[in-house]
Amino acid sequence: MSPQLSYLGVPLARPKVGFFELSSCEGCQLQLLNNEATLLDFLNLVEIVNFREGMSERADTYDIAFVEGSVTRKDEIARLTAIRKNAKILVALGSCACFGGVNQLKNRFRDLDWVKKEVYGDFPIETMEVHPLKDFVQVDLEIFGCPIKKEEVERIVTDLVVGKAVHHPEYPVCMECKANENICLFELGEPCLGPITRAGCDSWCTSNRRGCWGCRGPAEGANFKQLEEIMHTYGFSSETILDRLECFGGFASFADAVRSPNKKTPARRKKS
Amino acid sequence: MIFKVFKKQELARLYELLAVNVIVGPVAKGNDRNGKPLYDFDVVYDFDELALDYTQTVHSPKRFVLPYQETLSTFAITREGWEKHVDINVYRPLVFFGMHACDINALNKLDLVLAQSTYPNPYYMGKRKNLFIIGIDCNPEPQCFCRSMGTDSAIHGFDLFLTDLGGKYFAEILSATAFDLLSQIKCTDPSAKELALYKHTTKEKSTRYTATVDTSDLTKILDLEFESTAWDAWGEKCLSCGTCANVCPTCYCYGVEEHVDLDLQHANKTKSLHSCNLIDFAKVAGGHNFRPTSASRLKYRYYHKHRGFVEAFEESLCVGCGRCGAACLADITPPAVIASVRGKE
Repeated sequence: MSPQLSYLGVPLARPKVGFFELSSCEGCQLQLLNNEATLLDFLNLVEIVNFREGMSERADTYDIAFVEGSVTRKDEIARLTAIRKNAKILVALGSCACFGGVNQLKNRFRDLDWVKKEVYGDFPIETMEVHPLKDFVQVDLEIFGCPIKKEEVERIVTDLVVGKAVHHPEYPVCMECKANENICLFELGEPCLGPITRAGCDSWCTSNRRGCWGCRGPAEGANFKQLEEIMHTYGFSSETILDRLECFGGFASFADAVRSPNKKTPARRKKS
Repeated sequence: MIFKVFKKQELARLYELLAVNVIVGPVAKGNDRNGKPLYDFDVVYDFDELALDYTQTVHSPKRFVLPYQETLSTFAITREGWEKHVDINVYRPLVFFGMHACDINALNKLDLVLAQSTYPNPYYMGKRKNLFIIGIDCNPEPQCFCRSMGTDSAIHGFDLFLTDLGGKYFAEILSATAFDLLSQIKCTDPSAKELALYKHTTKEKSTRYTATVDTSDLTKILDLEFESTAWDAWGEKCLSCGTCANVCPTCYCYGVEEHVDLDLQHANKTKSLHSCNLIDFAKVAGGHNFRPTSASRLKYRYYHKHRGFVEAFEESLCVGCGRCGAACLADITPPAVIASVRGKE
C-alpha cells in the first residue's frame, strides 16, 4: 500500500471500509477476492478494516460499510443498526441486501412457522420473514446482482474514492445482450426476464445461454405488462413467470400483481 | 460498371485469393424454436463455413465498422505529466464475403453522417476504408420492405456484387481491386443469354416482396401526426430495451463515458452505442429527462429515421431490412407503425 493515495497529483483520503454479512452465502464478498488480477490495486485504493472472509483483524472505524445479505433474524437488525451508526456510507451489496435475494423465497408462504418446521424440523432456530436492508436502515447505495459483478464494484468503488457520481444503467439487460451479439433466448424457446431487468451485468447469464432470472431487479420503467404478454405468446405459463419474478425479490410488487388474489400466498409482505 | 460471369466453383478460388485477409461472412447459427435457421455475420476460416444462401442475419454488419463498444483513447499519468494514447482500432483490412444490398446501402447511409460530414469520424473511417465488400443477391423475407425504401439494390458501396444465375454468378465489378482479383479466376464477359437471365432473375425477385411501407409524403405526414394517439399505443407495447437500435444497420447514436482505472494512474474514454428508446437516452445533467415516456422515445426513433434524416440528406435512414421488427419481442414493426400513423391500421 502506497503511503498517500493521489489522483491527478491531488492527495486523496483513502477510505476505511468494512465488509459485513447478514443472512447470505457470502458469495458477493468472495467475488471481490476472486479477482486476483486487480486485487492489489483494489487493496491499495481502500483500507480494509473489517472483512471476515479476507482477514482476522476487526475494527469498527470504517467510512464505508458494504453489507451483504438480508435480514432474517432480530439480532441482525441490531447489528445492521450498529453498522449504520458507524458508517458514513452504507452500501447494500448484492441482491440479498437490496431485495432480500434468494432468501426471501420463503416469504411466498403464508405460514412461516410451517416453513421453519419443514426446513429445520424441531431444531430451535430464530428466523423471521426476510427483509432487505432498506426496510430498517437508510441505504446510500445499492449494488445489484447475484452475485455482484466484480468489475462493476471496482468501478463504483473507484468512483466513490475519486468523488465521481455513481450511475447504474437504467435500461434493461436486452441492450447489453444484443451488444454481445446474442440471439434472443425467446427465439431459442427459453423464458427470460432480460427485457425488464436492470442492465449492468453485461448480460452475464444470457451470453451463456441462460435466461435472465432478474437478480438485479427491475429496470427503470420496466414494461412488465408487455413482457407478460410476450411470455404467454411464446408459450410460457404464469407459473414460469412467477418463478422468475419471485426468485430474487426485486420484482416482488410485479409478482403480487401476477398472482391471482385468491392464490395469494405471502400475507405478510411488507408494503413499500 | 463492368460485368463478368463465372462458374460457381470459381468462387472458392476467389475466396482462397482473399484468404490472406480476415474474412467475415454469413454463417449458420443453429435453428430457432420453430426450426427456422438463424444466421449471423462472423469471422470465417474456411470457404465451407460461408452460408451464402442465408436469409437474413440476426445482427447487422454494423459492428465491424461501428463496434457496440469501443475504447476511443486511454490516458496514463507519467513522471513528467500525462500521456494520451489514441487507437482507431484498425489493424488489418477486412473482407466482407456476401453482404446483401440492404446492408451495403446501410453502410452508404452511415457514410453520409460519419464519413462525408464536416467532421468525419476517424474510428469509423479507418474501418470503412479498409473494407473489401462482396455483395450477394438475396431472397426477400416476409419482413423485408427494402423495395419501399429504394434499397433493394445497391448502386455503390461495394467492390463486387454477385447474382446467382443457377450454375454461374453474374458479377458487377465496381473497384480496380475487384477487377484485378477477377482476372485471376476464370471468368467471361456475359453472353446475351446470360444478360437476359440476369435481367429476368432481378425482375422476378422484385415481385416477391410482401411487406411494404408507404413513403409518399412521409415527412409531411409525420409532421402532421406528431400528436397522433397511434404513438401512445405503440409506446405502451415498447419495452424500451434498445433491441431495435442494436440490430439496426444504420442506428449510430452513442454515449461516451470516461473511467478512471482502479490504480488511479490510468483512465479510458469509451464509446458505447446507445438507443433513443432507452429511458435515460435523453436524460441530462440535473436529472431532467426530455423524453420520459416510451411513446415519445419510440416516436423520435421514427422521426429521426423517416423525417429528420430525409430533410438533411434527402433519403431515409432506414434500409427496410426489417431486422428491428423481426427482433422486437413486442412485435413493433415499421410497416405497421407507419401504416397506423397514416391512419391505415
